[in-house]
Amino acid sequence: MPADGYLERLKRDGRIVVVGASLAGLRAAETLRTEGFAGTLTMVGDEPYEPYDRPPLSKGVLLGRTTPDHTALPRRTALEADWRLGTAATGLDMAAKRVRLADGEEVEYDRLLITTGVRARPWPHEGEAGLDGVFVLRTRDDATALHKRLVDGPRRVLVIGAGFTGSEIASACRERDIPVTVAERGAAPLVGALGGVVGAVAAELQREHGVDLRTGVMVTGLEGDSAGRVRAAHLSDGSSVEPDIVVVALGATRNTEWLAGSGLGAGPRGIACDAGCRAFDIRGIVTDDIFVAGDVARSPHPLFGYQFLSLEHWGNAVSQAETAAHNMLCASVDRRPHMWVPAFWSSQFGVNIKSVGVPSMGTELLISQGSLAERRFVGVYGYQDRVIGAVTFDQARWLPFYEHLIETTAPFPPSFPTVDRRPEGARSVPAEFPDPSVPTHGPTVTLSGYSPADRRMTFTPGRH
Amino acid sequence: MRVVVDLNRCQGYAQCAFLAPDVFEMHGEEALLYKPRPDEAFREEVARAVAACPVQAILVDRLDEAVTAGEASDAR
Repeated sequence: MPADGYLERLKRDGRIVVVGASLAGLRAAETLRTEGFAGTLTMVGDEPYEPYDRPPLSKGVLLGRTTPDHTALPRRTALEADWRLGTAATGLDMAAKRVRLADGEEVEYDRLLITTGVRARPWPHEGEAGLDGVFVLRTRDDATALHKRLVDGPRRVLVIGAGFTGSEIASACRERDIPVTVAERGAAPLVGALGGVVGAVAAELQREHGVDLRTGVMVTGLEGDSAGRVRAAHLSDGSSVEPDIVVVALGATRNTEWLAGSGLGAGPRGIACDAGCRAFDIRGIVTDDIFVAGDVARSPHPLFGYQFLSLEHWGNAVSQAETAAHNMLCASVDRRPHMWVPAFWSSQFGVNIKSVGVPSMGTELLISQGSLAERRFVGVYGYQDRVIGAVTFDQARWLPFYEHLIETTAPFPPSFPTVDRRPEGARSVPAEFPDPSVPTHGPTVTLSGYSPADRRMTFTPGRH
Repeated sequence: MRVVVDLNRCQGYAQCAFLAPDVFEMHGEEALLYKPRPDEAFREEVARAVAACPVQAILVDRLDEAVTAGEASDAR
């Protein structure tokens, strides 16, 4: 601890502002309090609701098992925070250490944590996006609106984009016996996150459950009737669909616009930070007082060649928030790196899909247990002769074993004989990830920036 | 009361679905669906599920204190 006692004063009566009141912001705030922060804590959130959990919005909520207003997150500790909910942050003055809010107020900080996350990417054509019946799904309000219309019994739902969210929405529709068409630009659902081989299994699952799945197509336009309700969608193969609900599931956009011109290293790909969650400014110099966590952060990961990873994963938000909060109250030698191994889950069409590591870095895939045909398997992804990721379909209990292989940079193909010695386990095949320059819908991991093997940097200037 | 399950940790042992079937249910062979805001009457059931979970994936608000929307009502 420095001789001048700064950290002691910070903990005793300092001011910490958390911008972004969702999962990462809440968990960070709880960690700050449990680690002894007794000063003023301000929680800024653009939505008018206390922190809530988003994963149920595309699963239990659409299935009617719970309601959108029932997903508020449990509190592990009393926060005694000053909540500024329903008030977006609109600017940052790094020199004066002030956050500007949409209501014109300014909040001063000694330490700032940014957890503003992402928002759903809207349908690019504004007029069409405004048609009645066109939805995105990210927030509690989105889920409320969409669920209400699903209950009304639509004739057909069109889901644009077959990433995880789009696929889960399609799954919920089928479970409610609603006819659904899924349009995906890539060759298969989930292809950006899991590759073409596993994507083909996801495609079979969708079709078996009655989804009208169209791959390799783009939606070229949405058409409304005279009352402004959506009535048709035109596809790039010349065909058209007549849905009364369209759900746009084209991935997410990072909430960094409010930082434009602030001097912080923030842009469309997120906010770059070091492994200790400290944000970089646009000069590439790490800041002392601004920290980042959750979906909006991009941080270098030692297990993956120090590439900057942006992870839109629930577990990453929790882990990075806890690390950031810890580091905000620490002297530099006591700080911890954010070393979480990426992991996510999705349940769709009755199958539990889970993953660890970064499958999308993989070039090879080996089915080490089970079989693709049974939709019950473990797939191991290899990159430069090491295990880099794994995916399970209804085989979650094996994942910790593969996580250990990833953490210890175990060789690929794995050196053990595969458990059930099926032909698929004997040889690896290309994982068939699409060319990264061709966009697919909603990959959950973005690899970019510096790596020892690939020295590329892109500078995105702020818009003034 | 409020519940959240860390589904990265969850490995589908289904202990919670046996002990607190009003709150937790299996959806397919391995996936878990749960009510994130069960009625207070189920608190004891849920506490048993929390204790029994082999991977300790279930988080509830502090068991000795019924946290409601109160704190958020400080919001201006």
